[in-house]
Amino acid sequence: MLSRTAESLYWMGRYTERAGNLARGMQVALRMAGLGESLGVLEESTGDSADEWTSLLVATGAEPGFRAEHAEVTPEAVITWLAVAPKNPSSIANCLEAARSNGRAVRTALTVDMWEALNDTWREMRLLAPTATDADRLPAFLDWVRARTLLFNGAAADTMLRDDGWRFVHLGVMLERADNTARLLDAKHAALDGPESEGAVAYAQWQALLRSVSALRSYQWVYHTRLQPKLVADLLILRPELPRSLLACHRRVDQVLDRIAESSGGRRGECHRLANDAYVRLRDGRIEDILAGGLHDFLTQMINRNLDLGREIADFYLHT
Amino acid sequence: MHEDGAVRPAYAGIAAWLQAHGLEALAAKRAEAEALFRRVGITFAVYGEGGDPERLIPFDVIPRILARSEWNRLSLGLTQRVKALNMFMADVYGKQEILAAGLVPRALVLQNEAYCPQMQGFRPPGGIYSHISGIDLVRTGADDFYVLEDNCRTPSGVSYMLENREAMLRLFPALCSNHRLAPVSHYPEDLLETLKDAAPPNCQGEPRVAILTPGHFNSAYYEHCFLADEMGVEVVEGADLFVQDDIVFMRTTAGPKRVDVLYRRVDDDYLDPKVFRPDSMLGVPGIFAAYRAGNVTLANAPGAGIADDKAIYPFVPEMIRFYLGETPLLQNVPTFLCEREEDRAYVLANIAELVVKLARGSGGYGMLIGPHSTAEQRAEFTRRILERPADYIAQPTLALSTVPCLAGEEIAPRHVDLRPYVLTGKEVRIVPGGLTRVALREGSLVVNSSQGGGTKDTWVVEDAPRRSQSQSQSQSGGGRQSQSQSQSQNGGQG
Repeated sequence: MLSRTAESLYWMGRYTERAGNLARGMQVALRMAGLGESLGVLEESTGDSADEWTSLLVATGAEPGFRAEHAEVTPEAVITWLAVAPKNPSSIANCLEAARSNGRAVRTALTVDMWEALNDTWREMRLLAPTATDADRLPAFLDWVRARTLLFNGAAADTMLRDDGWRFVHLGVMLERADNTARLLDAKHAALDGPESEGAVAYAQWQALLRSVSALRSYQWVYHTRLQPKLVADLLILRPELPRSLLACHRRVDQVLDRIAESSGGRRGECHRLANDAYVRLRDGRIEDILAGGLHDFLTQMINRNLDLGREIADFYLHT
Repeated sequence: MHEDGAVRPAYAGIAAWLQAHGLEALAAKRAEAEALFRRVGITFAVYGEGGDPERLIPFDVIPRILARSEWNRLSLGLTQRVKALNMFMADVYGKQEILAAGLVPRALVLQNEAYCPQMQGFRPPGGIYSHISGIDLVRTGADDFYVLEDNCRTPSGVSYMLENREAMLRLFPALCSNHRLAPVSHYPEDLLETLKDAAPPNCQGEPRVAILTPGHFNSAYYEHCFLADEMGVEVVEGADLFVQDDIVFMRTTAGPKRVDVLYRRVDDDYLDPKVFRPDSMLGVPGIFAAYRAGNVTLANAPGAGIADDKAIYPFVPEMIRFYLGETPLLQNVPTFLCEREEDRAYVLANIAELVVKLARGSGGYGMLIGPHSTAEQRAEFTRRILERPADYIAQPTLALSTVPCLAGEEIAPRHVDLRPYVLTGKEVRIVPGGLTRVALREGSLVVNSSQGGGTKDTWVVEDAPRRSQSQSQSQSGGGRQSQSQSQSQNGGQG
């Protein structure tokens, strides 16, 4: 496969996943902001609904760009920034645009179903009314973005030939997903292992976190008990059966890189070593040890390793 | 359509469909077609135009129909013409016999911008320069087809030919099956075969073919991808290739892979910064040396533009006589070269009656259509011709025939041309028909998609379907309703 094709497929996967993850993050922030006032009555410290949006800005890495354009954090400004702002390269609209232009650049490597999923999303996005992200219409918009991401992933999974094309799309999706879960967790680490990890607010935070990765019910099916911070962290980091856990994502990344190496005559590089290292560390990890060493430090490491891994993949396969 | 507005017999089937379903059904089909094209993403970017960056080329749902016998005659003429054009190129880059014989002015060839001195003394595999040629034809009467221009560099539009047919099969399945259409869908296979035929002398084993595209900003990018997909080959950009020891490789996730034949859709100028424009970012440094070393074939060959230059065009009939010893089967439009003093005098005196074109323009830009021009435009072109006579040619306006089109809410005659695609490998291959382009603006003669032209499917039919034929007879005899009903009651005649 052409390196340029692999690169476009990989980024198409990443951008689509990123758009979906942003929508998930915003849905949770929206919900928390809605609960904010009632929670604020209970606990003085978190009465401000803008806190949720700040935390999402930080989690998605969009904060520096936002601050450069805005003097203060208001829900409306953050929503616009994350959803549609042309100046934010990682806004949902720009992610969908980037996914589609990557797909367009390698149109022949996509199936018709994938292309239609991408192209229809982009077309509908362009026809979107400016009021689509207004408060009362935002939930519908975010649902739409999630649905489009699911459709794209489904089209890829159901129609793509299982060759390197599929593997690079999948690699992009999984790496992005791993990164997203790590960042979401990190944004809420204080509610999981810090001094704030008790009470109604923390409880709502755990719920929100689980919701954002569609795992609230999964938690119950796995643990059959009330939400506990340690178990929430365990589920999102170490459980192989949760498709968005760090372990599940990194296991896929490791496997996919392995298959790509096999299909290209066994060539391997630093990216394979890093991917395997991350996977093994998670597979053999224990939540007690992770919490003892500090959740924030662990997650920061994971996020930095993802960056390194992305760079090594690019060096080895995409910019040959 | 005939001059009296009557429809050629070949269209009887269409007329019958319309009679049965009505104009509204046809308009609905048009809307359906547009949705279809939009969905598949067949778009065409027009340079320098605001608005939708990915607009659709208008598609007219009424097919243009040619009888098999008409097509067979055309096909012979096309084969003859393209053979002569390839022999002309082999000659002007080789022994230059036609120049020595004084049949084509030496300066017109050797000082032509389209002449590529770097190709001198090099003979590409099989002596073929234009593997893919698009010959633009217009019809002026029942049996009169004129060649408007030859395209020997990188003729585009073949994807529309293929997609238009797919759309028609989907929109009008019964009508299509009623017509015994000559198929066109094997074009990509023919193309791949033609490209493999062109494998360079040093190719080992099965030739690896790829399409070289300028990238997704190019207006024909969709077509590059479409053809690559249909042929199952990679579509590469300049940056995907590199040359080592005069061998061309593409960069892949499994390491470098050798490329043998490149169907290049990048213009000569941008092909190799070491040989042509040094500032080109689209090309591949060293690829021309690899070509001359016999390690890769470029299709079409650099310098193929000399054969389709508008100033060379008037000499094509002469080439056919010179190289093949045959009488030209397709007619040339009489052409005045403004460079020649007597031609220029005639052009300036008769500018209101003539079509004036840039000798090296394309896409319908920089053109004056005398009968439709204003005094101001004519004055402007007179000035330009006097300033740079060698840049202009002129031709009489032809009484172009028209075909029925769905224009707005009604069916109206519109001017069309036809571009068949001629593939030259070890043999000449032409899929029946080609791309019909239509000037959708009323009275307009310009069919270029960049100038508001559209396309329609081109049907080569074995002969008119029997049922429709008898219907058209009944039409001329009056009382059509009852007769066609009684026919369907008799049954089995269709």
